[in-house]
Amino acid sequence: MADPVFVALAVVTIGSAVAALELRSLVYGSIALMGALGGIAGLFLLLDATFVALFQLAVYVGSIAVLILFTVMLVKRELIFKKIEDKRRKFAGVALMLVTMVALGAIFIDSGIKDITTDEPPVDFREIGSDFVTYYWPALILMGLILAGSVTGALVLARREDIEENGQRTS
Amino acid sequence: MVNELVDFTLVSIALLGIGIYGLAVKRNFIRMLFAIEIIINAANLNLVAFGRFIPESGGQTLALFSIAIAAAEVAVGLSLIIVAYRMYQNVDVADFRSLRG
Repeated sequence: MADPVFVALAVVTIGSAVAALELRSLVYGSIALMGALGGIAGLFLLLDATFVALFQLAVYVGSIAVLILFTVMLVKRELIFKKIEDKRRKFAGVALMLVTMVALGAIFIDSGIKDITTDEPPVDFREIGSDFVTYYWPALILMGLILAGSVTGALVLARREDIEENGQRTS
Repeated sequence: MVNELVDFTLVSIALLGIGIYGLAVKRNFIRMLFAIEIIINAANLNLVAFGRFIPESGGQTLALFSIAIAAAEVAVGLSLIIVAYRMYQNVDVADFRSLRG
């Protein structure tokens, strides 16, 4: 049976994920998203993946959440508090969510993974580091290039001067 | 390990369901980005959980790659939000019409 720390982390994660989508204010929503991502980092800690947990904290909670908060602050005040959603699709969305959860959950519980437990020691993070620079080095370099390219592209997109404030582009 | 693999998978499935709900119902661009983030995190949780129980370092390595790529995706998505907001003064995806023909 799961221990109380796991249950608490799972409740925090799922609760803040729901809150991130359902809270009226986008600012509180992004703070709740921060909570959900931090809960995932806690679950990584429970899985003995300390390195991934710290990476998650640094990248998601540290930078992405702050980036989202700043973007939310650039948006008009009325839009932050306005709920924009399809009323007709609401029930269909809830039904889709429940169907996904129940079907996938039933499949997973019914499959053999219920009996999987392990007593083996966790993977050492030194192994991950040496994997990165030996077997995965082309992927690592490619990832660096993709990150640099996408951040540059994002800057160029956000700085475009040919878009007028009130509507269509000028050129 | 006190916890079992199936517990982590169930949390991950719950997060996936919430993300799908958000993508289906919300029309706010920023909220849809939240939903995408939640789905990506559910996938990462699965990777790390299976990597812990096999045990194998590949799961954590793949999760690290996935986190980095998600960071790039969010940067591009947020800049798209800024551009669309400057063009339409709105974040409702139903109002973004220039690709709609």
